[in-house]
Amino acid sequence: MTEERDLRAAVASGVVGSAESFQALLGAIVQVARAIFGAKASSILLLDEETDELVFEAVVGEGEESLLGMRFPAGHGIAGWVLATRTPLVIEDVRKDPRFAADVAEGTGYVPSGLMAAPLLHDEEILGVLEVLDRPENARFSLQEMDLLGLFANQAAIAVDLLLRARRAERILEGEGDLGVVARLASAVSALEEERREAGMRLLHDLAGTLGARTGP
Amino acid sequence: MPEAVAHAGETLPAWSLPKGEVDRIALSMEWPERVTREWAWGGSQGEGVRVCILDSGVEGGHPLVGELESAVSITVGEGDETIVTEDELGDVSGHGTACAGIVRSLAPGCSLSSVRVLGQGFKGSGNILLAGLRHAVEEGYDLVNMSLSTTKKPFAAILHELADSAYFRRTVLVASAHNMPVESYPWKFSSVISVGSHEEPDPLTFFYNPSPPVEFFGRGVNVEVAWAGGRTVSVSGNSFATPHLTGICALILAKHPELTPFQLKNVLYLTASNVGRGE
Repeated sequence: MTEERDLRAAVASGVVGSAESFQALLGAIVQVARAIFGAKASSILLLDEETDELVFEAVVGEGEESLLGMRFPAGHGIAGWVLATRTPLVIEDVRKDPRFAADVAEGTGYVPSGLMAAPLLHDEEILGVLEVLDRPENARFSLQEMDLLGLFANQAAIAVDLLLRARRAERILEGEGDLGVVARLASAVSALEEERREAGMRLLHDLAGTLGARTGP
Repeated sequence: MPEAVAHAGETLPAWSLPKGEVDRIALSMEWPERVTREWAWGGSQGEGVRVCILDSGVEGGHPLVGELESAVSITVGEGDETIVTEDELGDVSGHGTACAGIVRSLAPGCSLSSVRVLGQGFKGSGNILLAGLRHAVEEGYDLVNMSLSTTKKPFAAILHELADSAYFRRTVLVASAHNMPVESYPWKFSSVISVGSHEEPDPLTFFYNPSPPVEFFGRGVNVEVAWAGGRTVSVSGNSFATPHLTGICALILAKHPELTPFQLKNVLYLTASNVGRGE
């Protein structure tokens, strides 16, 4: 995404506080996913491309406190497979093996006996993985649930995309990048009282005219 | 053989069929009036058919997998060159072992090889997938099980070319359809055998889909499979329907090694549970 688009996202969404709202939306999605599947836990993991790690961004249920923010290498385990192949996977440990789903168990001690995982896909990009842990043991998995999992993953991917945009926009507002000053100007002008805002807008229009930019209708 | 000779001295393929040369393309086998499963793979164990599992690696020696013919790991170097090394890591997730075990359960006599394209981290995984597939095609495997796909459009054209080249070299790619409504490759190419899931418990039940792009449905729900660490787990997904079709293809190719990918697809069609009544 270009800085210009980031800037538009920054201004359009009002930015301040929006990342928190989208994070709350992710939390709501995992809560609903957990409730619908009758599962013990559900989480959303985001891909950090710079470090090649998966990060727990939203967690509900078992491991809620300890998992949030936790990272592990993106290339391994079940979540790693889902990430790399962009394909959902449902797996149940029928033999109750303590080594099962080591990537989930790592650092938490919580070993699920069943795991559904779907990729969070936005356009061509993969943003992370949605996991639903420990569905009821006596419930056999069906293709209908696979579809439902996919629907949740699509919804989560949209929320994650919004969250990432808001975070990028926030970084711009905080002054990262040359365009930060423009975003701060827009934010400052919109916060002014009406009379001063009109004067501010006139100034901005003049500036835009001087720079040869078109300024709306 | 045709008279036409290329500049390099290689014999040209048969682009046309001159009068009087029909014998040249005589088929080496007669198909029965009604193709049955008994004709297609009765008595076959998949002997001698070389199957490649392009995935997360395979745990050789797992009781449900047995020994591997070979296991390599694919990495891409700084100059984009493909590096193929002996794979000593085995399976980094368990998924490849599951696929290998399913093929083995259907075609115990086949030869299994692993080409690991996962586990180097997420970065560059698309290039590694391409390089792995290219390696598998060059190795001339009879069947390549691809229980994975990529959504990256820039890779689509090269994957398409590779899939076509495999098709003409008689390497059959059996590829998982995506479980979610997204654009992904290579399963959407007509030169591969694309597979989705049905919910029936019988491993030899498979259906032809008259509304492609997914061409066949194999067993893919609540399948007990081999997993890394000598384990057994129950899994669901198109990933596991695909090796069921790969295994069935191995049975057919062992009995009828002369089949082209086109003919193999025909045999699958004629023996599908909703076409040949599964007989």
